[in-house]
Amino acid sequence: MYVAVKGGERAIENAHRLLASARRGDQSVPEISLDQISEQLGLAVDRVMSEGSLYDRELAALAIKQARGDLIEAIFLVRAFRATLPRFGASEPVETGAMRVQRRVSSTFKDIPGGQILGPTFDYTHRLLDPSLAEGFVPEQPATADASTAPTPRVTDILGRDGLIESSPQAEEGASVGDLTREPLNFPADRDLRLQNLARGDEGFLLAMGYSTQRGYGRNHPFAGEIRFGEVEVEFLAEDVGFAVPLGSIELTECQMVNQFKGSATEAPCFTRGYGLAFGQSERKTMSMALVDRALRARELGEEALAPAQDEEFVMSHSDNVQATGFVEHLKLPHYVDFQSELGLLRKLRKEFTDANAPDAMKEAAE
Amino acid sequence: MAVLAHAEAGEIAARLRVLALPAHQDLRAPENGLVMLRGRVGGDGAPFNLGEATVSRAAVRLASGEVGFGYTLGRDGEKARLIALCDALVQSRDFGGAVERDVIAPLREQLMVRRKQAAAETAATKVDFYTMVRGEG
Repeated sequence: MYVAVKGGERAIENAHRLLASARRGDQSVPEISLDQISEQLGLAVDRVMSEGSLYDRELAALAIKQARGDLIEAIFLVRAFRATLPRFGASEPVETGAMRVQRRVSSTFKDIPGGQILGPTFDYTHRLLDPSLAEGFVPEQPATADASTAPTPRVTDILGRDGLIESSPQAEEGASVGDLTREPLNFPADRDLRLQNLARGDEGFLLAMGYSTQRGYGRNHPFAGEIRFGEVEVEFLAEDVGFAVPLGSIELTECQMVNQFKGSATEAPCFTRGYGLAFGQSERKTMSMALVDRALRARELGEEALAPAQDEEFVMSHSDNVQATGFVEHLKLPHYVDFQSELGLLRKLRKEFTDANAPDAMKEAAE
Repeated sequence: MAVLAHAEAGEIAARLRVLALPAHQDLRAPENGLVMLRGRVGGDGAPFNLGEATVSRAAVRLASGEVGFGYTLGRDGEKARLIALCDALVQSRDFGGAVERDVIAPLREQLMVRRKQAAAETAATKVDFYTMVRGEG
């Protein structure tokens, strides 16, 4: 229990003034602009949009600035902002097969239609600090080549044609799409709710959970069937217009994990799948998400579910970093009354202990 | 109209400036809100809610009666209003051709140039595999 305590108003006000000053830092150093954050710290912006569950680069950049680069604090700010706007509705599902691909790699097939496209990636860099970036760095113009107009079908679609991989579950007619921002979470949760939860889940948490499956806690033998990053168009069925209107495009990363087989007496064995999708260029996040999505399908696939990553209540209840930080950090709020009662109890127990042991101690001393 | 959603408000306004616009009024003042973006399980399965996006919308009516709607990602109400205005103009017999020719076509051209450049930069990072034959080199 924590109780309202009066008397801290001035201290709080002054603390916030001090925070504003600390946020700005040395004023002889130029102030950072939202454009600079959006353009030069783009992957931080992507993460705040994904886990803040709100696609708006400018707001995410503002949140990062306001939070002094504390991304979980920034995610918290973005989540709070989204509660201030009305919701117009839901978009048509995005078509990731029609993505304008900026990066697309497969670790399962070398020669995929459309090719392996590396795009802007940290892969194959040597991870050596580059002193030339310290100031005044001007990059070379990117190289160009003739772009092919060949389609880039999803690797899972190619495997699917031969029946080598399970097909994606289709929606039942008239089924509504679960939304955990509107209804409280109940278990067992369907795949739509699980994916929504993972999509806004903490990258570090999902990374650790995904890693745990690789290390043997719910092993599911994954291959990165495909990872793609690029732009997709968004359409929205506007009721006043009467048809789907284009809203523009967003950047997404998609990961298709291809996992070990299932089969039965009536069904031929085939690969199973795990899926990851997130705003912006979020490769680690979507790969982790796909591993955990697959692990959470243990029950459905008739696997033994003994590992943490296979326990949907455990995963879904602890993946949200805003909830988690709220509960962990509330420990620093005044708990004076709670603590006083614990202190009283402890004193009583200690007195009982002393009284109970005192005669023995006297006896021993006498002998 | 998809072209307009990809343009900046300033670019649309600049293109519209060359036209002698007919009288028009806001049927719905620009309003910001959210749209829940949806993906599909496995990319091609049942839909799920991925996360929201900010969206601005507006509606404009020409004096001649045509009603246009404007929707765009982001929080730029003026852009939504300009898209709504273009949507109304496109439906008008007097302005439809001019809006297509002087506003939408050049913005489409600009968008295509941008996309072509991005596609060419991406294409340069495509891997050309070759096989090393044992015993060579």
